[in-house]
Amino acid sequence: MKSTLTSMILSLGCITVVSGAILAGVYELTEQPIIEAERQARVDAVGEVCPQFDNDPIAEKCEVTPDGETLPVTLYPATLGGKPVGAAVESYSPDGFSGEIKIMYGFDSEGNVTGYSVISHAETPGLGAKMGDWFRSPEGHRSVIGLNAATDNLTVTKDGGDVDAITAATITSRAFLDALRRASAAYSQFRSTNSTIPS
Amino acid sequence: MNPKYFFNGILAENPTFVLLLGMCPTLGTTGSAVTGMSMGLATMGVLVCSNAAISLIKNLVPAKVRIPAYIVVIATFVTALQMFMQAYLPALDAMLGIFIPLIVVNCILLGRAEAFASRHNVGDSILDGLGIGLGFTIALTLLGSIRELLGTGRIFGLEIYPETYGSLVFVLAPGAFIVLGLLIALFNRLYKR
Repeated sequence: MKSTLTSMILSLGCITVVSGAILAGVYELTEQPIIEAERQARVDAVGEVCPQFDNDPIAEKCEVTPDGETLPVTLYPATLGGKPVGAAVESYSPDGFSGEIKIMYGFDSEGNVTGYSVISHAETPGLGAKMGDWFRSPEGHRSVIGLNAATDNLTVTKDGGDVDAITAATITSRAFLDALRRASAAYSQFRSTNSTIPS
Repeated sequence: MNPKYFFNGILAENPTFVLLLGMCPTLGTTGSAVTGMSMGLATMGVLVCSNAAISLIKNLVPAKVRIPAYIVVIATFVTALQMFMQAYLPALDAMLGIFIPLIVVNCILLGRAEAFASRHNVGDSILDGLGIGLGFTIALTLLGSIRELLGTGRIFGLEIYPETYGSLVFVLAPGAFIVLGLLIALFNRLYKR
């Protein structure tokens, strides 16, 4: 086809209008499934890290800003038969090796770590990306499960703490524990401000 | 529909080993066999659709604006693919991350649009998309398998030997260059004379 001004404007105009229409249709079609998939990912993570519960922590979520921080973390309280048994805290650390990491941590009612689930990260495969398994491994002092920020020093052994860093990924390990301390601070703050939960 | 256009993309014009196109996802997503294969299949899906669409509209697009027109077509399919993946395969979408939207600027797609789909009919263009896409998928799966095996001792997550004996460099960026270079050399030795 000859390239006249009219033909160029018409053809490009038509193509973009059709593209826009197709994308609007696909967006309509996938909007609900995407929201559902993201919600399901949260539900799975909360179920994985928390002690047994029978409420809907997603529906009861609240935002807590730990003292001295500017950004809030999301806290999902878990109760069993009306009594608080712990919470899942979606925490973050800006200090990952390749930017921000997001991790869901679980705590029981005393603040002991019951589990964690990595939500998003961009750490190096084979090094920092091992954090998904490393910090629950029973070997050495790797595991953070059962530790409590009130009694244990949640930093890597290199910094004088109680947790073994991932081999060749100390920066990722520091970020992981930074996120854990942030989650723990948010949870203890939540317990002290929420009178229904004994601290 | 001429079946030779299908086989053309797998060997004679293999996008990775012969045309050397689409190197960014080739190096970036082949840390494991699963991610490499998923990336190949995603690219193949978009390539078949964009080849077909461009072949259909080739006579309606003025020559001077054909490149922006093709890019809009490709971007539309890539965006739609990403939305479908977020909805139905969120785990895979999280794994491939930025490389899915980056399919828009993959040279293979624009290259095939310009060199093939804009000169052939719809049937042949679809065959070309399938062949080139399959050639790309095979190359990425092969590269991903070798890197995963040498790096972690596994293929598709199945343990072949203990991970401690693996050499981590193959999972990282330098390993991608080394393995790709060796594979291209091997391909030239076996196929091109």
